[in-house]
Amino acid sequence: MTVNRRTLIACAALLLATAGTQAQQTVKIASLQELSGTGATVGTNFKNGMDLAIREINAAGGILGKKIEVTHSDTQSNPGVAKGLAQKAVDEDVLAVFGPGFSGSMIVSMNETRRAQIPNFTGAEAAAITAQGNPYVYRTSFGQATSMPKIARYMANNLKAKTVAVIYVNNDFGKGGRDMVTKSLGELGVKVVADISTDPGKLDFAAPVLQAKQSNADVIFVYTNEEEAARALREIRKQGIAKPIVGETVLTSQKVIELAGEAANGAVAHVGLSVDAPVPAMRAFRAKFERDYKYIPDHNCIKGYTGVYVMKAALEKAGKIDRAALAKAMKGLTVNVAKEPGVLMDVSYDDKGDLDRASFLVEVKNGKQEVKEVLPPLGKKGA
Amino acid sequence: MLDFIQLLLSGTATGAIYALAALGFTLLWQASGTINFAQGEFVMLPAFMMLAFNAMGLPLLAGFALTCVIAVLVLGWGFKRGIADPLLRFGMMPIVVATLGLSIAIRNGVRAGFSAEAHPFPSLFGDKLIHVAGVTLTAADIGTLAAAVLLVLGTQAYLSRTVTGRAMQAVAQNTESATVLGINVPRMVFYTFAINALLACAAALLVTPTYLAKFDMGEGLATKAFFAAIIGGFNNSRGALLGGVIVGVSENLAAAYVSPAYKDAVALVIFMLVILFKPQGLMGQRVERKV
Repeated sequence: MTVNRRTLIACAALLLATAGTQAQQTVKIASLQELSGTGATVGTNFKNGMDLAIREINAAGGILGKKIEVTHSDTQSNPGVAKGLAQKAVDEDVLAVFGPGFSGSMIVSMNETRRAQIPNFTGAEAAAITAQGNPYVYRTSFGQATSMPKIARYMANNLKAKTVAVIYVNNDFGKGGRDMVTKSLGELGVKVVADISTDPGKLDFAAPVLQAKQSNADVIFVYTNEEEAARALREIRKQGIAKPIVGETVLTSQKVIELAGEAANGAVAHVGLSVDAPVPAMRAFRAKFERDYKYIPDHNCIKGYTGVYVMKAALEKAGKIDRAALAKAMKGLTVNVAKEPGVLMDVSYDDKGDLDRASFLVEVKNGKQEVKEVLPPLGKKGA
Repeated sequence: MLDFIQLLLSGTATGAIYALAALGFTLLWQASGTINFAQGEFVMLPAFMMLAFNAMGLPLLAGFALTCVIAVLVLGWGFKRGIADPLLRFGMMPIVVATLGLSIAIRNGVRAGFSAEAHPFPSLFGDKLIHVAGVTLTAADIGTLAAAVLLVLGTQAYLSRTVTGRAMQAVAQNTESATVLGINVPRMVFYTFAINALLACAAALLVTPTYLAKFDMGEGLATKAFFAAIIGGFNNSRGALLGGVIVGVSENLAAAYVSPAYKDAVALVIFMLVILFKPQGLMGQRVERKV
């Protein structure tokens, strides 16, 4: 029998084809994260959280008997790169995409996943993300539309604030939050007397903090990414402002406390997810994470971790590893900790991809997050 | 008025740090005609070295001393022998490109080793608050400013008052005559590189508590320092101090009174005005091209 070139090519093609089908034996997901640039903290933590969940699930036999296979790629905190990576993930025919975590990146990259009908989980929080009617996006944390009213209520009712100075970072995340909090405060009769925009990666907060001080507002609301939040807190302490400092999630996060040191004490924030929450599953997660990564996980780690488990629960509900089935299962999905401990807290999704669950009011005391109050899910209050 | 003084002082402290890096620019330029676009990374690298020594349990100042030794060897001698010496005879462009490349390499090397996240850095002067006539300062602000001014003036004095310093200046002014006068030119040039490395270490020690140790912290610093050097005058060491303070203060004032969005544009506008109307810099001397 003569072996000619054509047969060889055919054999190679056959081999490739079988390799292709073998790849289908795993649950292939793509993760697009901010592993460098201004979002490095966000992306790195989300990734570590995902990896921990994936290791656990794979060790326990995978999802419906199939192992998860993940590729992480770096968006460099750049929307252009994120869009390209999303396109690449689509070409690789993945089951689901996780990230990016920066709202600006997510808003452009989710068009790619939407076109290919690939479910896209994200930690990004801008209100606009689920407001566009994209049926393939699912949050892993509260959107600003859920969290801002909660924190606005705290400023108006608990702190009795009449005026607020808002320091925000000038990107999609910051602007979205500022719009939302201004609206929520307005509804409660609280006036925003200083509206202070700052650049991403800003180093010197002397001027913005001074502006906030001069406005003589009752409360200073800080809504930036981690590094800037730490610098703002230091400057606020330096200028000796005794007004309450309030934020949303980032302001009291582990990284900010680490970077700001003493200046973080006294800051209060509404936090959707906190490892210090009085929830046993959360404690267990923290212990596992610290064992593997040697540092205290932040909310981004929890987002990544629970995001993977939510996907698992949805796939198991669907009963098959299939994109359309996953998207269908996500609509109105409710996952209880009793059934799937990996989600850490009971969570339910609506039709838009927004989620609802309990949340916390956290204050930094002696360099540690301390939960002041547990706020029930919005849905349970009948609100 | 108080607010104005507050902004002025905090801007001066930031400016003093720009001045340290700018001084390195002008020194290297004067002594060897090298423009080092990796200057920012020369500040970032010692910051991480100190952080590493700190993690090993060494106190900050001991770590700083060790870092200085390593920096003189690597960023001084190594940089001169490895990059400046072989490339300088081909003119300016190769060295500009080489230092740009070096900066990218150092940045990503550190990123690979220390992750892209920001790390907190201990402050030499502590975080104590000091209130003077209604203005609040941190001990770090005052300490940074004092240390930077001392370093700039000290370098200046060293260059103009000591024999070695004068020899270095002679080399900078006219290499051929200096050789004829029996000055060891290569050694003098090495001293300049060593001083540049030491200044970078000092800048790292002063700046990192506020900038936070991060792989790309040098990027912004180098740009500002370069502007400061041009504004002050590339061939005058005191000009670097003036240029640094001008950039630091005007940035802060612009952020407060115009808009934070235009903060970075201010340095650029001053830079262009200087280039247009006084290209030798505010304190620089006009140099006729040598034939």
